[in-house]
Amino acid sequence: MSVNDPQAEFERIVLPHLDAAYNLARWLAGNDHDAEDITQDACVRALRFVGGFRGGNSRSWLLTIVRNTAFTWLKKNRPQAIVSIDDDELAEIEDKVASDSALRSADKEVLRAALADLPLEFREALVLRELEGLSYKEIAEVAEVPVGTVMSRLARARRLLQEHLNRKERS
Amino acid sequence: MNCTEIYPLIHAYADGELDLVRSLEVERHIKSCAGCTAKWDSLRSLQSKLQNSKLVYRAPDSLRKKIKQMAGGEARETRRSDLQWIWRWLAAGATAFAVVTLLLRPVGISEHEQLMAEAVGSHVRSLMQSHLTDVASSDQHTVKPWFDGKLDFAPAVKDFAEQGYPLVGGRLDYLGGHDVAALVYRRNKHVINVFVWPAKGETVKPDTEIRQGYVIINRDMNGMRYCIVSDLNEKELGDLVDMMGK
Repeated sequence: MSVNDPQAEFERIVLPHLDAAYNLARWLAGNDHDAEDITQDACVRALRFVGGFRGGNSRSWLLTIVRNTAFTWLKKNRPQAIVSIDDDELAEIEDKVASDSALRSADKEVLRAALADLPLEFREALVLRELEGLSYKEIAEVAEVPVGTVMSRLARARRLLQEHLNRKERS
Repeated sequence: MNCTEIYPLIHAYADGELDLVRSLEVERHIKSCAGCTAKWDSLRSLQSKLQNSKLVYRAPDSLRKKIKQMAGGEARETRRSDLQWIWRWLAAGATAFAVVTLLLRPVGISEHEQLMAEAVGSHVRSLMQSHLTDVASSDQHTVKPWFDGKLDFAPAVKDFAEQGYPLVGGRLDYLGGHDVAALVYRRNKHVINVFVWPAKGETVKPDTEIRQGYVIINRDMNGMRYCIVSDLNEKELGDLVDMMGK
């Protein structure tokens, strides 16, 4: 296999992570159709840049491209989805203890809706951590924020999710 | 450590992101504090709920296929442009050869000779420019309608991907003084140009010739005149022609 063969490089570096790429795009875009467009755009970019990939973590590399493609797409097509969040609120966090019954009764669809309802950056952090199993360092790479911010986003994301589920149970 | 100090660390602890020393401190505190135990339990159950509810979306097969095709097509484009300078030299050589041949010929060349030279020239040009096809598609139902309205005849367009000759696309070309349809197929790395135009009563003896290293097959099939050019070997090119004639 030649190092200069972009197709072979693409197949080796990008294709194994296509599910992860689609999952991230799907959670950011909120529907299948847009997620497919974003994934495809991201793959076009990945193919173009694959020659410049200098080894390392190919999954984070691809997810960074997907993330940037998705955010560019959202800015253009759904500007209201991008709300800047204040990452300095960690100090104020005081977790409410979750109602156990809320969690127990939350079925898959309720959980899915609650996660889909989170602000973009929180949703992204949780999807990368809980669904894709990325480390804080990898998430920091993909979302282009410091590791400390990843930690605070995850904490806040979980709190918001918990509150959502508790509300749901009460209503 | 007290609850306020533990708090920012409890998520990192749950995610396995704390070093050993701090992990032990957090663990010890959680065990000794009822409030933090409750928080810890609820955090863990939220985590396991998220991880075990099958919330992951998988890329649809149709998308996977589209992306694989896209990668194949674009990568080939890149390779072709890498090869362009070789083709330029080959083309320059071919032109020089043609000029010399023309000069050495005492009389005008026959119509057939000219047609064959044009066919080879067109084949070489199609490889040289990044303009192999005007309509790039492996779908015969896309390529065939594309010719509608551009030609006064309808060429038969079939894909032979299953037999190892995928249809790449089509374009308009000009041979022997009239518009022709050029269908482009691929056999492994070889490009095949299939020129098609109406036979209009003239018949051509089925023949195979080799010019400038290219194999040219001439056939009349179903009222159409076919001229097939490629650097593929005679045998395999002949197989394609047989399939098209069926």
